[in-house]
Amino acid sequence: MKLLGFLLLLAGWLIVLMAIVLLPSLGARASFVVAGMLVEILGFGLVVRAHLFSPGEVR
Amino acid sequence: MPGVEGVPVFSIAASVLCLMLICLVPLAAVGLALMNTGLGRLRSAAHSMMTSLCVFSVAVLVYFIWGEALEGFSGLPSHAVIMGGKSWSWLGNGPLFLRHLPLDGSPASLAALLGMVSVGILALIPLGSGADRWRLVAACISTALLTGIAFPIFAHWAWGGGWLQRLGRNYGLGRGLIDAGGSGAIAAVGGLAALAIAWILGPRQGKYTLDGLPSAIPGHNAIFILFGCALALVGWWGLNSAGAMLYAGVPPGHVVLVVVNTTLSAAAAGLTVAVITSTRFGRPDASLTANGWTGGLVASSAGCAFVAPLASVAIGIVAGALVALSVEWFELHLAVDDPGGSISTFAVGGIWGLLSVAIFARVPAGAFESTGEMVAGRSGQWLAQLIGIATLVGLIFPLAYCSNWLLNRFVPQRVAAEGERQGLDLYELGAGAYPETVTHGDEFARGG
Repeated sequence: MKLLGFLLLLAGWLIVLMAIVLLPSLGARASFVVAGMLVEILGFGLVVRAHLFSPGEVR
Repeated sequence: MPGVEGVPVFSIAASVLCLMLICLVPLAAVGLALMNTGLGRLRSAAHSMMTSLCVFSVAVLVYFIWGEALEGFSGLPSHAVIMGGKSWSWLGNGPLFLRHLPLDGSPASLAALLGMVSVGILALIPLGSGADRWRLVAACISTALLTGIAFPIFAHWAWGGGWLQRLGRNYGLGRGLIDAGGSGAIAAVGGLAALAIAWILGPRQGKYTLDGLPSAIPGHNAIFILFGCALALVGWWGLNSAGAMLYAGVPPGHVVLVVVNTTLSAAAAGLTVAVITSTRFGRPDASLTANGWTGGLVASSAGCAFVAPLASVAIGIVAGALVALSVEWFELHLAVDDPGGSISTFAVGGIWGLLSVAIFARVPAGAFESTGEMVAGRSGQWLAQLIGIATLVGLIFPLAYCSNWLLNRFVPQRVAAEGERQGLDLYELGAGAYPETVTHGDEFARGG
């Protein structure tokens, strides 16, 4: 889950990057930048879940 | 492909003023070191200050050896590629050991000096989240990775003529990423590294009960914490002002506005946290108020030269609220043990600082001319700021996490359980910070 989370973080950033390079208008760029950030949020959520420990686990 | 455009020009008076401002910046590092130490435990106080000194030294040396070469500066050679018909500068291409720089007061040499002290501040940020359990050697190597890889990459993109700084010229996104004083390049990079460190080290012994509930482990010296805040303010005056002059082309006369904005933001943030904690807990919390104050400083950095004083107050109020709420959120809901509050103060505060530029900044005509960004208008500025934040979260955070995860495979970063019980002062240094004080039993460890 952690690896998948980090891959999604990177994928989100690449979407943002490609949106700047490939899309011509401000609106299209903005849409894909926001989409890329949503992918990043999803990835970050997975990384967070991977680091949560269950009750009873000794730390 | 070298990029050699947008070289800023300073008068002698501007160079002298900038040099004096940079000389204030180490006070921010001293303030952060004191805060981290005060927020940690008594039995690790000497270790905390010693580690602060060591990681500061490592950061400065790494920056001298190769960090500055990778960061670069507007007008200096860089590695660039053509993408979509535009030049994307990815990394500085200078020689090692500052050899190409005549250290004569030129903007490039002043930027190198500012970078050198800035990495010292950056290095101290993760120490707050790793307090009381991070080995000295591991902290030094981790600092070398952070200041030698993650920082120069982002600093080149945001400050050194890289693609984030050129988003305005190349793609019409406002003036490109605006991060004059380093809300992103210093604070957010350090704060995200602090999150990586907190996760890799795990919580302190006894921080969480078997039910998963956090125990309070209060800092050992409120005077250190609050005095650290005061020093940090002076350091941030220098950091924001010098950064605004060097990376945003702000004229020397605007330094007054930068200092006013920095002070107002910190004051508003500190008071906001004091009010929030008074309301919620019945009395103000000194540690959280100090974190809020610092969060206000951090949030003020990005747009310090381009927002009105009233907007700075608003930025500070939001920063304070974010810090107060996110400290609790990280501890309660994400089980992140961050004794120094570094993640909330620097990662959350820094990201808010970048975002606040999109909301509040009014960039005057003529600004950024000396750095090569002469595109008029504000259209798309918010998108440039979002792209900067996406880069921090999507690339710099994984980079910081993976480098520390790999390091942890070869050099275990967490001290042995016995060392944590005994205290890092005795275990790693052989002597405590307060030899005449008897360290009492570990009442916090019973729950674990």
